[in-house]
Amino acid sequence: MSNYFYILVAALVSTVIRALPLTVFRKPIKNQFVRSFLFYVPYVTLAVMTFPAMVNATQSKISGVLALVCGTVAAWFNMSLFKVACICCAVVFISELIIL
Amino acid sequence: MSNIFKISRKQAALEGVKDGVPIALGYFAVSFSLGIFAKKVGVDVIQGIINSFLNHASAGEYAVYSMIGAGATYVEMAIMTLVVNARYLLMSTALSQRVHPDTPMIHRIGIGFHVTDELFAISLNKPGYVNPYYCYGAFMISVFGWCAGTAIGIVAGGILPLRIVSAFSVALYGMFLACIMPAARNNRVVAITIICCFILSYLATVLPGISQISGGTRTIILTIVISTVVAILFPYPEESDE
Repeated sequence: MSNYFYILVAALVSTVIRALPLTVFRKPIKNQFVRSFLFYVPYVTLAVMTFPAMVNATQSKISGVLALVCGTVAAWFNMSLFKVACICCAVVFISELIIL
Repeated sequence: MSNIFKISRKQAALEGVKDGVPIALGYFAVSFSLGIFAKKVGVDVIQGIINSFLNHASAGEYAVYSMIGAGATYVEMAIMTLVVNARYLLMSTALSQRVHPDTPMIHRIGIGFHVTDELFAISLNKPGYVNPYYCYGAFMISVFGWCAGTAIGIVAGGILPLRIVSAFSVALYGMFLACIMPAARNNRVVAITIICCFILSYLATVLPGISQISGGTRTIILTIVISTVVAILFPYPEESDE
């Protein structure tokens, strides 16, 4: 039974965190610094989460690096989310077949 | 509300489902390993699925299972969730600037609930106002991958070959790259910022002190510090649009 309470407490807290700013900030923020900060946040967060985690996620660091390089090139040329993700998976699978 | 968007609700939701497929695959891999961990602390399949649906965050769910395993108090559970998920405050604030001002409360809560690192990225990546139905479509398919992965991890952890899990595990990061690189190509500041992020993020995992902190907290610290510095040095947009 108590497992459900842990889950419920966590769900309540995380839902408030997720929904609060969206419901409180109902008007555009005018402050130049805040606007710039929020513009950069998504790129910074995602970049920070991608490296070095991507290289450590795979069985071999080499396949992770190859996937990072191939994924970056594919994304640079505006390929879709799905295609870039597939390319990365394929690169890891094939390179690990060869090196492991 | 209905005529803000050029496409119908159904089209928007379908587009969300399509963009959500790689996320669902990545979540499947992540939550599969979470499921294996859940089983160790005595969480059953139903509890795992409920947790995945309601919390849908890797660090957040990991926190739940480790708190259960440690027999922590509910207050500790709440504080831990706040710490590991604090970055969603930033993401939700960023989204608040991109939803139409007339968006009703229920959709604001819905868009908020859908926020994960990855769904936030693709929803914000769409030009124009954030379409709640796009968010819901992407959420439905990816939370399905998340719940399925958890359930299978709990029931049959260890059955999938390691090669497949290893390949799946980069799907998420491939998606991240697809979200940030096109902007890097068009904006030199973003490109240089990304390179700096890679370097600093790497240093944060090896330098003594900061490398001891949990991954979620490290992400928050790096995000706030780097974004603040870049926002001061290179305000965006360069000229006010008023």
